[in-house]
Amino acid sequence: MIGALATVGRTALETLQAFGHHAFFFVDLLRNVPAALRRPYLVVGQIHAIGNLSLVIILSSGLAVGFVLALQMYYALVTYGAAESLGLIVNLSLVRELGPVVTALLFAGRAGTSLTAEIGLMKAGEQLAAMEMMAIDPKSRVLAPRFLGGIISMPILAILFSTVGILGAYVVAVLLIGVDAGNFWSIMQSSVDVKRDVGNGIIKSMVFGIICTFVALYQGYETQATPEGVAYATTRTVVIASLGILSMDFVLTALMFSTP
Amino acid sequence: MGKRSIEILVGVFVLLGMLGLVFLALKAANLGSFNTGDTYPLFARFDNIGGLKVRAPVRSAGVTVGRVVSITLDTKTYQGLVRMEVDRKVEFPRDSSARILTAGLLGDQYVGLEPGAAEKNLAAEDTIKQTQSAVVLESLIGQFLFNKAADAGSTAAPSGGGAKK
Repeated sequence: MIGALATVGRTALETLQAFGHHAFFFVDLLRNVPAALRRPYLVVGQIHAIGNLSLVIILSSGLAVGFVLALQMYYALVTYGAAESLGLIVNLSLVRELGPVVTALLFAGRAGTSLTAEIGLMKAGEQLAAMEMMAIDPKSRVLAPRFLGGIISMPILAILFSTVGILGAYVVAVLLIGVDAGNFWSIMQSSVDVKRDVGNGIIKSMVFGIICTFVALYQGYETQATPEGVAYATTRTVVIASLGILSMDFVLTALMFSTP
Repeated sequence: MGKRSIEILVGVFVLLGMLGLVFLALKAANLGSFNTGDTYPLFARFDNIGGLKVRAPVRSAGVTVGRVVSITLDTKTYQGLVRMEVDRKVEFPRDSSARILTAGLLGDQYVGLEPGAAEKNLAAEDTIKQTQSAVVLESLIGQFLFNKAADAGSTAAPSGGGAKK
């Protein structure tokens, strides 16, 4: 009985301590961002590793999601005689929701795990400790450039996902199904608002980029310095980042899209 | 991979992102259409604005010439006060009328401006005097039932009189 209470209390205290640790880590990252900006070649290298190398999966997923959206929405809309609005529905779904969220989930899976594994292996190989011995702050040399690389890459990837998705939906809708091309674009253009839909989607993708990259870097930096620890940290990155993305998506959608 | 080729690839990546953003903004959203500055405000009061929303288009002869900017309740006359921004290149006579119309059968509602015949034009911050409210379904149904009842009453009386005779 007392043991159970003690466990509850200990778990609560540990959770609070974890929150505080996360907060300190985040502030440390932000503090080292100016130092990373003074070494742009590091940031560029990280954008290449995080963004460029994720292009294949993001673009092919975008194309596939665009195809599927066009097909599914067509079958739903044609019952109400609203097949001409297919472009509008696909655009809004992609730009407002699927673009940022699916890109963020894929980003967490591909770039997040690579970040965690790389930094975890650096810690396991004592490279981070060696850097500290040489009076180089690993947070400014290793972590901050990756943080900036992730924040810059994520919105670009989300935009490309939405773009490729809309083009894929065009291919399926107009070339395969036979929806009128002129209506496809004009109904879309008259109803999608740049600031409200595209702009809010970009803000969402920036927030998701911060969350994914931060979780990946934290898990990598704080992992146990063993191969098992690194493997465990990699899976934790994906799980925690995905949960964070989906809950922030709800909060952001409620904030941005609640009233017309 | 050399440093130079990495920089080129990252440059291509960022450029693709910007092109995608331009595509989304121009071709897939309404940035290219009417929303640039140079407009003048006009007011109109309606008994019932129906489903009119902010940012609804203002059209004349079907061509979009402006946007609805705000909708408030005028507490003195208890009418809906609609503020519109109309393109400065288009001017309307002083006795123009404003109606709330629906685009298509299930579409969004918009404000339709019909020009009058006056010589002087509406200036900025003027109020359009002649307005027609949105169609409210309940009033239509009530009117329909009233007409039906009136028809039934007028046809019943002569046949009743004839039967008595």
